[in-house]
Amino acid sequence: MTTLDTGPAAAPRVSFFNDPVIRGIIYQVVVAGLLIAFIAWIVGNTAANLAAQNKTTGFDFLWKTAGFDISFSLLPWSRASFYWEAFLVGITNTLLVAFIGIVLATMLGFTIGIARLSSNFIVSRLATVYIETIRNIPLLLQLFFWYFAVLKAMPAVRESLALPFDIFINQRGLMLPRPTPDQEFTWVMVTFGLAVIVAIALSVWALRTRTLTGRYPRQIVLAGKAADACITFLIAFVALLVLLAVIFPISNAPMLAAILAVVIAALSVTRFAALARGVLSFVIAFLILDTAIGGMFSSLPGFVTTAVSAAVALVIARVVYSGALERPPSEARFPLALMALIVIGVPALVYWLTDATLAFEVPVLERFNFRGGLQLPPEFVALAFGLTVYTASFIAETVRAGIQAVNKGQTEAAQSLGLKEGDRLRLVIVPQAMRVIVPPLTSQYLNLTKNSSLGAAIGYPELVNVFAGTALNQTGRAIECIALTMLVYLIFSLLTSVIMNWYNARVSLVER
Amino acid sequence: MTDIGFVRADMVDARPAPHRTSGAVAWAQKNLFATPLDGVLTVLGAIFLLWIIPPIYNFFIGHAVGPAGTVEECRMENAGACWAYIHSEMEFFIYGFYDIPEQWRPNIVFALGAALLIPLLMPKVPFKRTNAVLFLFVYPIVSYYLLAGGVFGLKPMPTEKWGGLLVTLIISVVGITLSFPIGIILALGRQSKMPVIKTLCIGFIELVRAVPLISVLFMASIMLPLFMPQGMTIDKLLRALVGVTLFTSAYMAEVVRGGLQAIPRGQYEAGASLGLSYWQRMYFIILPQALKHVIPGIVNSFIALFKDTSLVYIVGMKDLLEAVKTKNDTALEWQSANTATTGYLFAAMVFWVFCFGMSRYSIYMERRLNTGYKR
Repeated sequence: MTTLDTGPAAAPRVSFFNDPVIRGIIYQVVVAGLLIAFIAWIVGNTAANLAAQNKTTGFDFLWKTAGFDISFSLLPWSRASFYWEAFLVGITNTLLVAFIGIVLATMLGFTIGIARLSSNFIVSRLATVYIETIRNIPLLLQLFFWYFAVLKAMPAVRESLALPFDIFINQRGLMLPRPTPDQEFTWVMVTFGLAVIVAIALSVWALRTRTLTGRYPRQIVLAGKAADACITFLIAFVALLVLLAVIFPISNAPMLAAILAVVIAALSVTRFAALARGVLSFVIAFLILDTAIGGMFSSLPGFVTTAVSAAVALVIARVVYSGALERPPSEARFPLALMALIVIGVPALVYWLTDATLAFEVPVLERFNFRGGLQLPPEFVALAFGLTVYTASFIAETVRAGIQAVNKGQTEAAQSLGLKEGDRLRLVIVPQAMRVIVPPLTSQYLNLTKNSSLGAAIGYPELVNVFAGTALNQTGRAIECIALTMLVYLIFSLLTSVIMNWYNARVSLVER
Repeated sequence: MTDIGFVRADMVDARPAPHRTSGAVAWAQKNLFATPLDGVLTVLGAIFLLWIIPPIYNFFIGHAVGPAGTVEECRMENAGACWAYIHSEMEFFIYGFYDIPEQWRPNIVFALGAALLIPLLMPKVPFKRTNAVLFLFVYPIVSYYLLAGGVFGLKPMPTEKWGGLLVTLIISVVGITLSFPIGIILALGRQSKMPVIKTLCIGFIELVRAVPLISVLFMASIMLPLFMPQGMTIDKLLRALVGVTLFTSAYMAEVVRGGLQAIPRGQYEAGASLGLSYWQRMYFIILPQALKHVIPGIVNSFIALFKDTSLVYIVGMKDLLEAVKTKNDTALEWQSANTATTGYLFAAMVFWVFCFGMSRYSIYMERRLNTGYKR
């Protein structure tokens, strides 16, 4: 009888050097040893070099007086400030340009990304040309172009390009009116904050009620109707006032505009609401087009621009009208006008009641330069503009990819449920697209922040320019300055990735 | 016999073709005027084009001063781009301060590079392996001695004299060829099971990716000399090359990692069960599939690197952008309102042609290699 050998099989005998575990340990020890030797070599060399150049190390220089000028700073800065203040100025300037760039690039990028998917040939081709041109040209070159070719070619101070609302562009940058709120204006800001909170709370309540009962609360619907009429009146009044001022300058234009606006507002609560919207959109479209075309083709005679704008505005009004005919009744619509009225109207009321004033300090041309106002240096304008234009082309591609990533079946499923175009986008397509868009979008934001360091090349005092440039040259503390600069960017990057991981964990699909 | 069948005696006339399904009008109806809103967009787009195209045309061609023009013409009112300026400074834009009688040397380098690279990029040309060895190992050595001189009676030419497009191309070609293998090694290291190697790779990749290229270049140009033993100087061009290569390889590593993660586990296990070693498994099974997945990402990194070469300007290298900017600022004999604009537009066009070419080539290769997953 044979016996089964059930004992544990002896491990196959391999030679000592072929055991993967031991091999792994040997590799790692060798790599770690080489690395340590390399670092020791570098540290030794550096110490020897620094000793030979009679340089000291350490961060004590941060508490010494900097003694240089910074051309643009949000924080108080003088030559007597310390190096750590220069460090903070650099960080705030970087954050400022990055923030403005991110806001503008997001708006431009989403517009162009959606335009690229348009079924309209001209629109999608224009977007494609924009993206393919901008993406393939180095950012630094674009910054040089805006700064040295475009802004330097701007008119001199005396012949500044005057834009509406007391905005001026010249070689020295962009001059804006500076808001100078007085003490009472604080209350307006406080009410504004409260109004936003109230509006959000009301929206949440209204939406919850609708989810539970199928309709919005009765009070909200009523208030919404009144607010609708109110807002329509305001918009119509302003639009008509401008129209009358532009087309038929008559003496009591405000009276006429008010009467017509009341008629339109009254129409908007009856069943002819679509008509009111059509008329209103005609007026607004005509005004915008007439101004824009008149400005673009100054050689054309006036009646041609008027005729073209009127024709196009008529078609727009027709589109709006037929869209308005298909709108659900106001009971079934989210009361957007009410929220707008609360957010804008209540602070306006407080502004009027408390006698607060919000004056604007207008930039004034004096003998050699502008005085007063908010003066943005050309470096800032060029950097913000260049970063916006460049990053927008990448954001546009991200948006396009995100929307295209949503399965066509989702659109069809939404259609078969009977959802309308708007609801289909809002409830089905956009949430799924956002899941794809947001991670690369954040990395584009991070890229923009890192790319703002190119401002150093055109003299915008951001972190690299102030700290790894001027401060380094003045103190000679190369290692400390570059390490601190890199540390800041490292922190930005780590913060972003922490937020991103949290977001991804929240939105990622739970699969079986 | 009753007549129960019915046989048609005459043919029915052919139906008219469906109303407007092809041709220009139908195309316009579908793509320009499908809905009233589309119509409005088309009209607005057309107005925009009418506004933007004539000035652009006039600047580039209509009122532009051709290569044979003079500076007086460029200074005239209403003059467009000053191509005469580009034409007269072309040598500086391409070679920098490279001695004029010696410019045949960079020319040979350009020609050799094109002769080796183009067959390498065309899939149907044979002898790929020989070609690749020549391009990656022989060509750099030959080019270096040809450009730097000092051997075979060639006049020595220090790298400080190199400039313009020559330097841009050198940095980008060297950066691309070196960062690709380093990136692959880093990506494999990041996937490794050995904790020390894995941590090192992750640390390097994340650190480099978190900071802007400028700070890496600053570090390379200011700190590299400090790190070296006393008395040892490193060429400025070499410093920039080290910075650009390290920076790009970190990005390349992340792209390759994406490809590695897309390969199913079964492929790794199948390779192991065949008894292949780690490197054989990677070389024969994993990497060919992984790299195929991420061609767009790899080419994007190359394009980014090519654009980023312009940043070496900030640490004092003389690339194409620096050459254009220097001439814009210092060529007093060519000063006119549009000189700077023309210079930057010329540089932009050069960069654009290279980057756009690369992206088109990547689309072509992607289609060609997309063999496995086509349905």
